[in-house]
Amino acid sequence: MEFFADFFRNLYETTGLNFVIFYEEYEAVRFVNAIWTSLKLIVICLIFSLVVGIVGAWAQGAKSRVVRLGMAGYIQFFRNTPPFVQLLFFYFVVGTTLERAGLMPLVDEGGWTEPLIGNFGWAVISLGFFAGAFNVEIFRSGIEAVPTATREAAEALGYTRLKSYIYVVLPLAFRVCLPALNNNLVNLLKTTTLAYAIAVPEMMYTANQIWSDNVNVPEMMLVLFIYYVALVGVLVWLMHRWERKMRIPGYG
Amino acid sequence: MSDATPDSTPGWTPDQPMVSIKDVHKSFGDLEVLKGVSLDIMKREVICIIGPSGSGKSTLIRCVNALNDIQKGSITVEGIEVNDPNLDKLALRKKVGMVFQQYNLFPHKTAIENVMMAPLHVLKQPRQEVEERAYGLIKKVRLEGKEHSYPGELSGGQQQRVAIARSLAMTPDVMLFDEVTAALDPETVKEVLVTIQELAEEGMTCVLVTHEMGFARELADHIYFTDRGVIVEHGPPASFFSDARDPRTKEFLSQIL
Amino acid sequence: MPGAELPVLLPPAPPARAQGDARFGLKARHGLYIAVLFALATGAAQAASDAGLPGPFETLLKWVPFVLKGFGLNLVISFFAMLFGTIAGAALGLMQISLLAPVRSGSWLVTQFFRNSPWLVLLFAIMLLFPFELDFGFVVVPVPDWMKAVIGFSLPIMANISEVVRGAVQSLPSGQWESAESLAFTRGQTLRMVILPQCIKRMIPPWINWYCILAMATPLASIMGVEESVTYTAQALNAEGDRPELIWPFYLFLLLIFFAYTYPIARWSIRLERKFLVKT
Repeated sequence: MEFFADFFRNLYETTGLNFVIFYEEYEAVRFVNAIWTSLKLIVICLIFSLVVGIVGAWAQGAKSRVVRLGMAGYIQFFRNTPPFVQLLFFYFVVGTTLERAGLMPLVDEGGWTEPLIGNFGWAVISLGFFAGAFNVEIFRSGIEAVPTATREAAEALGYTRLKSYIYVVLPLAFRVCLPALNNNLVNLLKTTTLAYAIAVPEMMYTANQIWSDNVNVPEMMLVLFIYYVALVGVLVWLMHRWERKMRIPGYG
Repeated sequence: MSDATPDSTPGWTPDQPMVSIKDVHKSFGDLEVLKGVSLDIMKREVICIIGPSGSGKSTLIRCVNALNDIQKGSITVEGIEVNDPNLDKLALRKKVGMVFQQYNLFPHKTAIENVMMAPLHVLKQPRQEVEERAYGLIKKVRLEGKEHSYPGELSGGQQQRVAIARSLAMTPDVMLFDEVTAALDPETVKEVLVTIQELAEEGMTCVLVTHEMGFARELADHIYFTDRGVIVEHGPPASFFSDARDPRTKEFLSQIL
Repeated sequence: MPGAELPVLLPPAPPARAQGDARFGLKARHGLYIAVLFALATGAAQAASDAGLPGPFETLLKWVPFVLKGFGLNLVISFFAMLFGTIAGAALGLMQISLLAPVRSGSWLVTQFFRNSPWLVLLFAIMLLFPFELDFGFVVVPVPDWMKAVIGFSLPIMANISEVVRGAVQSLPSGQWESAESLAFTRGQTLRMVILPQCIKRMIPPWINWYCILAMATPLASIMGVEESVTYTAQALNAEGDRPELIWPFYLFLLLIFFAYTYPIARWSIRLERKFLVKT
């Protein structure tokens, strides 16, 4: 480990290329925390958006017209407004209003209190609903690829509507919409960088701090690019493996 | 159709085979599809190649037109060596016309535009001449009145006839037909076959890969049966259909006749 | 035939966007939601505000021209970024189908890199690393912040348009290439006269879709200090002393203007898509 650090210190002294995160402990700790926070943010956002997508797709088939209209409104709103402004809206407008109205539960941090939903939380909510809106449509198109005949067959076998949804419709729907879903999740991963604007200490934010302190913009920029391109690569690879596992022989 | 086209390679004369295929081997990766095929086609001859799916017949005529390359052997068209790495593809395609199973018309151009495009842009012939010839060809394939229709507005049989006219516009010396009626309704198959028959009767050298046995029996000068990459048996239709000798041929014929 | 209907599963539906929006009712209805939300919020804020100060609605009205001016810059950035991105992207897309392997790999790499990078990171990179003026020797051209933002946004657009072009070209049946080849067209002639004219129709809906995404990404420029609508909104709120009852109307107004711009474009794109589908 020391060899690693020495190499980069040497690199800085001889060439001026400053990869300070590798040889200075303070910056290294910041960097690792940033990786951790960023991964947490990405994974929670992905899961949340998937849940929103599944529930929303279900709600779109609901009998109640009000529910369906509500879903339509939600989707059109989140698809046709800038995600960045949505984020600011949730954090600065909704968040502060809730706090001022006393509706925001406070968490005791041992000496001071934090609102339950801080900047990290609002980032998850905002980005989750944003990607969730697209997911609803993706899941919906997958569900509609399941012919009524299949659904009727499930019903004839005695499945309740909920059970047939879980055991028959959803698995088939998933296989169809996986490519589009893949695309959307990759976009969500990239969109998490917006959390920078509300000071969530993920990678974009921390990299900014590091290069402000150490004046090594090009080096940190390189690290930043490698980090995100690598993450996207990992996500795409995972999705491809999932796609392959779910492939139906003879179809497409 | 003149006897000797002005730009034949020196040395070729009409008494030699127009298309000469010698011991051709073709593989797609590890899969060998043609395993040593040889045949000669004389000028004005009508050849039908029949056989089960996967026997290599489509691959063979695509090799003649240099759409597929060959690993071994030689194919010459009027003396032009198709396997030559320095092949002048333009010279070859001026002599060889091809009609596909899926017609492959250009959907964003009208029928007459489809027919006129290649002579105008490839052969750079004057527009007046090309237009006259195109209208003549459309009339010849009995589609008068449909010149300004788009392929999407025509039936399969009509599209296929436009495709034939389009290839004829390049004044080829030999026409290749790759299962051109396979994608058509039975009612429309006849109109395409009649067009090909007229071409053959006018003296065009034709090579057809086909399943239409009736057509083969009536019009072919020679029939070749391929199976698993080789020519199993061949002969004039009279003896081929009645006196097939090889068991594979007999089995195939019994299945389709 | 692969992809054909299986008894248990229909072939995948056409792009989700076309399906989804067709179900979701009239244009007016959804703008109505935001407008209603907006009016309610303003009304509530009005009721809650201090007696002596002008109400939130009047305050907002005062600042509307200012915010709209900023929005104008958002649109200008989106137009230029789309212009540069489309030209570069079309070139890159054609390079991806080049017959020369190094050209293909190189353009593929460039496309993948800019596609997989977050837009904010690219924006930062250009803002911080691009020179603030270009010295051509005989003339020195200053590069203002918003121009840098344009360049920063054109990069991901270039990559995505490259994919749209490549996808459209590869979606044409190989029979088109083959029949053109049999008629002795050169590759260039085939592309120009047969392939690309057929591709244009297929490329328009995704192209419009990317424009909408771009338009909604331009607020990122405010992080860099570019003086567009989000920056101006923040400045306006600041000037009004950060009164808490103003945040709802101001931010809802921001959302509303973007919605009012993007939603009609999205609907138009769907109508176009349906029209093109019928013709082919």
